[in-house]
Amino acid sequence: MSGSSHIAAGGGQVRGAAAGLALHEPPAAPPGAEEPSAATRTVEVDSHAINFGPQHPAAHGVLRLILEMKGEVVERADPHIGLLHRGTEKLIEYKTYLQAMPYMDRLDYVSPMCMEHSFVLAVERLLGIEQDVPERARWIRTLYAELTRIANHLLNVTTFALDVGAITPALWGFEQREAILEFYEAAGGSHYHANYFRAGGVSRDIPPQVLDRVADWARRFPSFLDDLEGLLTENRIFKQRTVDIGVMTPEQAIAWGFSGPCLRASGCAWDLRKAQPYEMYDRVEFEVPVGRHGDCYDRYLVRMHEMRQSLRIVEQCLDRMRPGPVKIQDHKIVPPPRAEMKRSMEALIHHFKLYTEGYHVPAGATYTATEAPKGEFGVYLVADGTNRPYRCKIRAPGYAHLQALEALSKGHMLADTVAIIGSLDIVFGEIDR
Amino acid sequence: MAALDRVARSMLLSELLSGMMLTLKYFFTKPAVTLNYPYERYPLSPRFKGEHALRRYPNGEERCIACKLCEAICPALAITIEAEPREDGSRRTTRYDIDMVKCIYCGMCEEACPVDAIVEGPNLEFAVETREELIYHKEKLLENGDRWEPIIAERLRLDAPYR
Repeated sequence: MSGSSHIAAGGGQVRGAAAGLALHEPPAAPPGAEEPSAATRTVEVDSHAINFGPQHPAAHGVLRLILEMKGEVVERADPHIGLLHRGTEKLIEYKTYLQAMPYMDRLDYVSPMCMEHSFVLAVERLLGIEQDVPERARWIRTLYAELTRIANHLLNVTTFALDVGAITPALWGFEQREAILEFYEAAGGSHYHANYFRAGGVSRDIPPQVLDRVADWARRFPSFLDDLEGLLTENRIFKQRTVDIGVMTPEQAIAWGFSGPCLRASGCAWDLRKAQPYEMYDRVEFEVPVGRHGDCYDRYLVRMHEMRQSLRIVEQCLDRMRPGPVKIQDHKIVPPPRAEMKRSMEALIHHFKLYTEGYHVPAGATYTATEAPKGEFGVYLVADGTNRPYRCKIRAPGYAHLQALEALSKGHMLADTVAIIGSLDIVFGEIDR
Repeated sequence: MAALDRVARSMLLSELLSGMMLTLKYFFTKPAVTLNYPYERYPLSPRFKGEHALRRYPNGEERCIACKLCEAICPALAITIEAEPREDGSRRTTRYDIDMVKCIYCGMCEEACPVDAIVEGPNLEFAVETREELIYHKEKLLENGDRWEPIIAERLRLDAPYR
């Protein structure tokens, strides 16, 4: 409880110091004081603003929130964004399609491969090669998208618990998350910015021993989830902090543009993996957990269940993955194998063309969305027939969630705003782009 | 009955006790997962993208032929190369700078290099005190290559079937 009680105490002090005026009680005259003279003015202050973040650890990154308070109750919450703006959309217009890949990792840096996924699918659709991508590559991409979902939800659920006062889940959760990040490193070479998915497949095949490690981890993970739920789900402090906090009705959630777990917690069974299956999602079995109340607690529950469902998908991917190529055979789009490149002049020319000029994408436009861990992550890609995108608009789910912060936190206490931010799963890499 | 059950649970602090029990169980039964960092490390995969290095052939000749593919592909424009023919007529770089502050460690330079000259090695401990030290020149990169060559060669061998 240390984190939350600290915040609540802070709010209480503010109330005592300045908001006494706000309560519309005539200030009690100190003992022995005279009647106020004509020169004294009484100023009525109805509310006062406090600055929450951008350095506040509960702000989940660089969220600056201007809160207008009435005592300890939030009257207005005004999120200020842009502190992590890097101009990704504009940068991508000046990079070839291949060079744009690492920038996608850096959008939602908590679930990098899911960001790559939308972009890769969009480029493949424009190139007209989405049917040609080999099965193994698609299984690998599905596998890593689901591992990413688990990693993302682990971070969110455990830090959400940390925001409302439970420290242990974060310490345990990061151990499991580290295991997933090691699988990232075994595939893409780094814990976060893997740069692993490519148009036409994935950059390299996964060694079989890594898949064995994933299978081994997948066997152990459910018992960890049971322990995590044992700590949180029925815990009364956790429930007191989350149940009926930040309620969104299904109609409101749709009107605010919610997607992903936040929408499903409100009771809409909408999941892009089911609604418009991409990759291998029409060939795996999984369920879409749906909440009923749309409060912080339901958002937590939906994420916990989604992790179990993702684990089911991971197991199915491992079972059904067969050896085979992981890239399309067209060396005008994917580089030839290195051994071939060193032997064959034609392959060397392809290699040089690809890494200097890149590939040309036929003119056209596509909006391709995937179910990222945070919600619908879409890429609107306009190609003009050259080797660079003409425009790349990124639809980040967190942006839509953050704009509803005022609607969610109005009338709640200051400390509940922290719980709401935690439950929305906000990451500024994708919001500020 | 449900109400009684709830009251009993509430009075006995059952969820707090079960949480404490779980923590205690972990404390005694779970082996430590933390590493005593500078002395203990976890194994890195052969694909790890760390500090850059320029490699040499076994006879000591530098591999880089100044084809500038890495400069062309680098999304962050971190690599600067200048080249001219050497006295013996072979084309070599006269300048090979990597601005490690700009570098985003995407690994594209290693992918693009046709002669396996520039690689991202296993080293991840190259923190320095000034920004100037992070602008790597050719000497520094070749020195890195000489220092890490045994590990780099082994990594490339392990990863070769997948490239």
